[in-house]
Amino acid sequence: MARVTYIEPDGRAVTLEVATGHSVMSAAMEAGLEGIEAQCGGNMACATCHCYVQDPWLERLPPPGEDERLMLQNVAAERRDNSRLSCQLIVRPELEGLTVEFPERQS
Amino acid sequence: MSSHAPIIIVGAGQAGVQIAESLRQEGYGGELLLIGEEPHPPYQRPPLSKKWLFDAGNPVSLAIRGAEALARRRIELKLEARVERLDRGSTTLELASGERLSYSRVALATGSLPRVLPVPGATLQGVLCLRGIADSAAIAAAIRRCASEQRPVVVIGGGFIGLEVAAGARKLGAAVTVLEGLPRLMSRVTAPIVSEAFEQLHRSHGVQFVFDAQVTELRGTREGHVAMVRTADGREFAAGCVVVGIGVTPDDRLAAEAGLPCERGIIVDECSRTADPMIVAAGDCTARRLADGRLLRLESVQNAVEQGKSAAAALMGRERPFYATPWFWSDQYDVKLQMAGLSQGYDQVIVRGDVAKPAFSAFYLRAGRLIAVDSLNRIPDHMLAKRLLDNDLSPTAEQIADAGFDLHSLVRQSA
Repeated sequence: MARVTYIEPDGRAVTLEVATGHSVMSAAMEAGLEGIEAQCGGNMACATCHCYVQDPWLERLPPPGEDERLMLQNVAAERRDNSRLSCQLIVRPELEGLTVEFPERQS
Repeated sequence: MSSHAPIIIVGAGQAGVQIAESLRQEGYGGELLLIGEEPHPPYQRPPLSKKWLFDAGNPVSLAIRGAEALARRRIELKLEARVERLDRGSTTLELASGERLSYSRVALATGSLPRVLPVPGATLQGVLCLRGIADSAAIAAAIRRCASEQRPVVVIGGGFIGLEVAAGARKLGAAVTVLEGLPRLMSRVTAPIVSEAFEQLHRSHGVQFVFDAQVTELRGTREGHVAMVRTADGREFAAGCVVVGIGVTPDDRLAAEAGLPCERGIIVDECSRTADPMIVAAGDCTARRLADGRLLRLESVQNAVEQGKSAAAALMGRERPFYATPWFWSDQYDVKLQMAGLSQGYDQVIVRGDVAKPAFSAFYLRAGRLIAVDSLNRIPDHMLAKRLLDNDLSPTAEQIADAGFDLHSLVRQSA
């Protein structure tokens, strides 16, 4: 388990306890956060769970795979160097404190 | 009708939860009741035939929303409740328990039901179809049993569900035969070149196919468990279990019995309104009337979400029509199929990419204009296709056929 902090598009921070093995996306969906759509439910088919990973976490995450890199080219909001798809970020205890920010729009 | 009575949403799936949440976003402050038949809070169905089916050790969360998140938005969730009747005269819903609930307005999001095989033996034990979590769990258990007892899994239907289950069964180590009634796979929605790529893919993983197979009968053991599938040409296929994936029927029962116009689906307009101003409908249970009079039935998450948003707006007296390009996906082994647009009625198919790998896209044109794109392991093509179709842009056949032509340039030009 790890605590993950999500920054909503309006700037509000929400911290959730996420079980190991679950994705940053699925916990955000279950909690009903505003800044995420995740229409495909984590199948990397829609690019609507886009988030910006805050320092210093980006380099502590496994790098995006080929599919994720391709999907990231097509996110609705601005793509930045710290853009990731939250469905591909799998929580483990070492990620305690991970902070991600949702963009202003997902589709 | 009491204006203090709640808005009641029948069906706690993707469309139902979307209607509820969108109503709150639209500013509805009254009571809101979301009724579901299953014991689970709203969850995603697509993984049930994919990862969730074969990957039990991996905690894939299916939740769309937890009960807490709904409670925070004052969305009351009533689970394991079946609505038997919609009485428009008294504006009440009658539950199977006998309870009657008054409504101010109703949203129907009842989804679809798997088509039942219309042959003798279809109700034997071990004959399974997929709708909910319990079905997926039963299918996974039956496949595991087949794998350990070395008995074959017979899948009836070579569409999305049948093929995804076949792939899952191979991953679980069971022998699989797919019986398809038509001459090729997914023939209703894809071109032959896509069907052939998937046939090849499944064959390379050891799946056996029988095409033009008309199933006439399922036979059971003395204990009533399915043991064999017979086809019209007299062939017999031993079966440890049978998974039936021959399509779905929109669940329009409540609406039809209440006298609302239905035609294999509750007929709605582009704003998800039914013929009754107090009633909207969204998702798989609908048949949407298009401007040209045709009825469009879509079974997809996107449609459930977008129609759900439209339905909520309509309940608040606002028009929010939805015209976005339909899209779908399927995962089979290591191939991701992504479809944008509707290819029915195409007169030309042009391929970009490597068919053998497979990593290619089939571009469908009608009268020289792009109408749909199926992409196999070609994610950028799919994302581009959605943009082209959303913006009514079409490359020419020559541009598509020219591998050196950058199709993205069309989007950039129009931006």
